[in-house]
Amino acid sequence: MTEPLRISLGPVLYYWSRDDLFDFYARMADTEVDIVYLGETVCAKRRSLRSEDWIQLAEQLTAAGKEVVLSTLTLIEAGSESAAMQGLCENGRFTVEANDMGAVNLLAGRHPFTTGPSVNIYNPRTLKVLAERGLKRWVLPVELSRQTLADIQAQRPAGVETEVLVYGRLPLAYSARCFTARAHNLPKDDCQFRCLDYPDGLLLSTQENQDFLVLNGIQTQSARSCNLIAEIDDMRALGVDILRISPQSRHTERIIQAFHQRMCHHCSVEAASALLEPLMPGKSCNGYWHGAAGMDAAAGHAGLIQTT
Amino acid sequence: MPETHTKMELVCPAGNLPALKTAVDHGADAVYIGFRDDTNARHFAGLNFNEKRSREGIDYAHRRGVKVFVAINTYAQASGWERWQHSVDLAASLDADALILADIGVMDYAARRWPDLRLHLSVQASATNPEAIRFYHDNFGIRRVVVPRVLSLKQVRQVAEHSPVPLEVFGFGSLCVMVEGRCLLSSYATGQSPNTFGACSPASAVRWIDTPNGMESRLNDILIDCYRHNEPAAYPTLCKGRFNVSGNTYYAIEEPTSLNTLALLPELQAIGIAAIKIEGRQRSPAYVRRVTQVWRAALDSCQKDPAQYQPRTPWLEALQTVSEGAQTTLGAYHRPWQ
Repeated sequence: MTEPLRISLGPVLYYWSRDDLFDFYARMADTEVDIVYLGETVCAKRRSLRSEDWIQLAEQLTAAGKEVVLSTLTLIEAGSESAAMQGLCENGRFTVEANDMGAVNLLAGRHPFTTGPSVNIYNPRTLKVLAERGLKRWVLPVELSRQTLADIQAQRPAGVETEVLVYGRLPLAYSARCFTARAHNLPKDDCQFRCLDYPDGLLLSTQENQDFLVLNGIQTQSARSCNLIAEIDDMRALGVDILRISPQSRHTERIIQAFHQRMCHHCSVEAASALLEPLMPGKSCNGYWHGAAGMDAAAGHAGLIQTT
Repeated sequence: MPETHTKMELVCPAGNLPALKTAVDHGADAVYIGFRDDTNARHFAGLNFNEKRSREGIDYAHRRGVKVFVAINTYAQASGWERWQHSVDLAASLDADALILADIGVMDYAARRWPDLRLHLSVQASATNPEAIRFYHDNFGIRRVVVPRVLSLKQVRQVAEHSPVPLEVFGFGSLCVMVEGRCLLSSYATGQSPNTFGACSPASAVRWIDTPNGMESRLNDILIDCYRHNEPAAYPTLCKGRFNVSGNTYYAIEEPTSLNTLALLPELQAIGIAAIKIEGRQRSPAYVRRVTQVWRAALDSCQKDPAQYQPRTPWLEALQTVSEGAQTTLGAYHRPWQ
């Protein structure tokens, strides 16, 4: 093992108030995370922080010893969104995580960049093409399996780091429509910022009350939280560099702590899982990692057996 | 833009040889097809073309001056890479007029191996803005882009103005409410998605159960909808089911409707859109015939006199009969829908 594993904190996917965001990141500065991704990646209408505020947060976290990466919006439709993406890509100070191929194009050949889970890197050849244009780190798309990751790792170009989303509700889809506004019978143009009322998204369940998805504005997420804490040793063996934790409104520090303890072998898989269990907003899943339906909770390890 | 188009091309779907011939015979300018495996986004049992049928189809179309595009528009993983490479090579050797691609690795292969072959960017590549299109144009020389169905007409116009290549837009058929190529709902529920498997809400995961409460439609056991007796039941595409949110049961994501942009043709023509794409390779030759006839007539009418153009009642009625959910929408093209 040459490099030690690091922990990253993905961008906040929900709409939180300015105070809540500043408070959250002040607390994150004291955690074990090595890398923090900052920025609004879901909806351009969410403006509790201006770009200057994000930069201020980035400076504060940098001063606290964190590596900071600025994340772009995922679905770029309007000209104004393209312009904002361009401004971010040319910030001149912080590395940028591209969440759309438009951002990739703005960064390619100009600045080293990273890609988020919504940039479709499904095979070694795609990774190579992007590495040749300045990609330094990529996040495994969430629907891909351990086997697909292993195949890509086997041909990974030098100088490219691999990051895997190991904890949190999974981002599954993006739309022109806003489903939170729809749930309130409001048009998207007059959404009244209802997302502010759902700091962990709005639960969607089936007609027989099975928790299924979470509506987060124009984004749809899994209701279950992905949890790969049992796979950390395997990921290390596969040459994964960074474990990504996706923020939730409560308990994020304790989740980071559980992953950090397990990563350092300060506790067993069973003990770390037991720590995590009460911190999740619902059940957990790990199906994608095992090549199954994403919502499955495969009983790969003792202590992680879930009932569905 | 490098190519100027005064005439919009009509691009029709074909899931088999009879459908291809039907589209050619009834006025398609181009037909798009896929091979019989997971390299295309309509990977359904019994659908699509083997080598022999592709050859026959392409020959049939070419003799009548109609183009054939081959969709190789899913995302390749290392374990199956040879299938994507084989599909590209096969399409090139069959003299296809264009490949419709989504995966960067596959595009890189096609552009290097067959530098003269015309490449189109599939809707599955999820390019919603000019900068993204530029990436594929600058790196792989794509010559047309099929834009996702999430853009409003104003946004389509903006993209068209700044795109280095002409745009193809969806005119009619099933509507994806999520941006294509970045929707994983299907694999979350079933393990198979359009990106990885070439199908959304795959038929193998569908179950219908008649219960005292009504007809349940399930996808990998997840209840997608329940229909009262006499209520028409729809295929359980998972974004088109009825779910509970905050105590209400409703189409929480999208109603089962079809996209229909007949009314927008003059505006699309004025924007300089290169082609109108009809969805539905999984549909019957009867669907292909009806839709091709209507859209041929509409495009000709609009071309002749855009100022006087309006959708004729028989056209709308004909399309209505083949629409999903028996109603149509302008979708994202019409801003209030968003």
